[in-house]
Amino acid sequence: MRREKDRHAARTAWFVVAGLVAFMLVLAGCGGGSSTSGGSTGSGGGGGEELQKLGKGEGELNLISWAGYVEPEWVKPFEGESGCKVNDKVAGTSDEMVKLMETGQYDGVSASGNATARLWAAHEVAPVNVSLVPNYKTVFADLKGQPYNTFEGKPYGIPHGRGANLLMWNKNDVTPPPSSWEITLNPKVAAKYSGHITQYDDPMSIAEGALYLMNHEKSLGIENPYELNEEQFDAAVELMKEQKPNVGEYWSSAEQQIEGFANGSNQVGTTWQYQYFALKGENEPVEASPASQGFLPKEGATGWSDTWMISAHAKHPNCMYMWMNYIISPKANAEVAEFFGEAPAQEKACEHTKNPNFCSEYHAEEPAFWKRVWYWQTPLSECSEGGETDCMNYNDWVRAWTEIKG
Amino acid sequence: MATDAVVVKRSAGRRLAGLFHGRRRLQIGSLLAAPMAWLVILYLGSLVVLLITAFWTVNPLSGTVIKEFSLENFEELVNVPVYREIVWRTVRTAILVTFTDAIIAFPIAFYMAKIAGRKTKALLVVAVLMPLWASYLVKIIAWRAILAEHGVLNWALSPLGLHGPGEGVTSVWLVMSYLWLPYMVLPIFAGLERIPDSLISASEDLGAHPLTTFRRVVLPLSFPAVVAGSIFTFSLTLGDYLAPKLVSNEQFIGTSIFDSITNNQPFAAAFALVPIVVVIAYLGVARKLGAFEHV
Repeated sequence: MRREKDRHAARTAWFVVAGLVAFMLVLAGCGGGSSTSGGSTGSGGGGGEELQKLGKGEGELNLISWAGYVEPEWVKPFEGESGCKVNDKVAGTSDEMVKLMETGQYDGVSASGNATARLWAAHEVAPVNVSLVPNYKTVFADLKGQPYNTFEGKPYGIPHGRGANLLMWNKNDVTPPPSSWEITLNPKVAAKYSGHITQYDDPMSIAEGALYLMNHEKSLGIENPYELNEEQFDAAVELMKEQKPNVGEYWSSAEQQIEGFANGSNQVGTTWQYQYFALKGENEPVEASPASQGFLPKEGATGWSDTWMISAHAKHPNCMYMWMNYIISPKANAEVAEFFGEAPAQEKACEHTKNPNFCSEYHAEEPAFWKRVWYWQTPLSECSEGGETDCMNYNDWVRAWTEIKG
Repeated sequence: MATDAVVVKRSAGRRLAGLFHGRRRLQIGSLLAAPMAWLVILYLGSLVVLLITAFWTVNPLSGTVIKEFSLENFEELVNVPVYREIVWRTVRTAILVTFTDAIIAFPIAFYMAKIAGRKTKALLVVAVLMPLWASYLVKIIAWRAILAEHGVLNWALSPLGLHGPGEGVTSVWLVMSYLWLPYMVLPIFAGLERIPDSLISASEDLGAHPLTTFRRVVLPLSFPAVVAGSIFTFSLTLGDYLAPKLVSNEQFIGTSIFDSITNNQPFAAAFALVPIVVVIAYLGVARKLGAFEHV
């Protein structure tokens, strides 16, 4: 009797499952009607119209930012003068920022170059009317009109600041002080710190491998670590795969890495200024490429140039414009740059830094220095030079990153 | 006036009661409507949405979902070796964790059910449940500190000239075994409690060695309980992503899904089907082993 009942129940269960599967297949097939979701149609990008006239603040502002960009020291004065209450969401990776922007709940984002093009292509961001952002006039010229913040001739954001990814090490464990990325990337050198190397958990890290090869394997002919043909890309991926056994941790949040260095598990690896200064503040024995070397290992470094972008679905556009103008105002831009440890975007910020030599130490006013820093950008199939189309695109990078981690 | 209202109200209530009187199907139907709606619409419904999404793709640049039927995600899952490796690593860890927990949990549960006095038993039940009062994230972070290079484990092992496992699959196995142990102890404890003491006495009276009694009486009777507990440990390990993220540099099913969600939701959905399939297969085996006989 029991057996029979069992069988009956099992049959019913199978019917339910089969029904659901059929239903789902039908729905998946029918979904074909609309091939793009959200935003406007067409092959270009961007969404919404630029603001024509600045109105009154809406009383609230929802931001997505990198850790250390939206801190009480400069947010409080902004809230006081604009009446916009700031709610900030810190994201750990550019992918996360893109995903968060797609929810449409945020007014703006401090996007790096590897997110900007994607946000634009997904119609998530609106062009910026720079005449409503008076402080834009005195932004460093080499940050304006760049391929990562300007699309189809229109500015899609306000430059915030720029910097290089750092090589950081624990000076008790790592001697002599390294001056090259080979300490994490050359398998022979890196083996000494096997299990204690830390690498940023993001496809962009492949560019670090490419930058290393650009300097050490000249025969590959790499000219830009984000524009790689298949052969160059495979070589970089192979290098990162060789690095894998030596990596102790792929970090994906600043806090995780700070803790890893503090408890001794991590000894050397890529980091951001935010973590470096946080660990310094705790008197941890960490060191990064010194100012005398221009903060860069000899190969140069990957880096970022960040842009405040406004959402195409912003519910508080006036507050967002006020924020974009405020964050590049000389005093606020100096504060954020000094707090984070990056070069400010605002020329006049250099007069307001607590450390009078800050701008020269961070090479804010030297366009030549930034030639050695490769800002994150979205890898595209079409390489910029000569319109070649044989480059590996971001999807290839994401897939390869999964394979590298094994 | 007031009494009239009461009369009217009562008669409405009576009418409603009359409607249900003698109609069993209606009674049961209205009783179960809310929980069934919850189960079917919210739970199964979201699963169906997940399944549908698995057949879509994304635009490689913008990450926008393209709602057209395609098997691309499944082809990738099957053809790219790294995903097979991730699935196998996860399943292997889940099996290891399950065996570890079963081996640790059985003696504890046996002591609780058959040997300990009433007070000790109550105390032990509380002790087993106590770790569940703390947040699961806090426990993983605590393990991260224990396993750290300058952590407690290496400090304790250093006089012996040994070194802890560091970050890796071994650490994941340790942490998961710790996290899910209560879920194994409790079902075995309940299962052992149901075995009448008289059966054990009878076996002894008939001259069986204690080990023989254990092997031929206790173990077969408590086996379904072990299998029931293993369903928890196995499926919880299969789906977890925080422990692997925080104590290892390896990818598991959970971490891969988590990583794909940010730039390729349909692929994440397709990958999410893998643990579902594995668990269904596991439940099938568990049913064969009699885990659901007494449920």
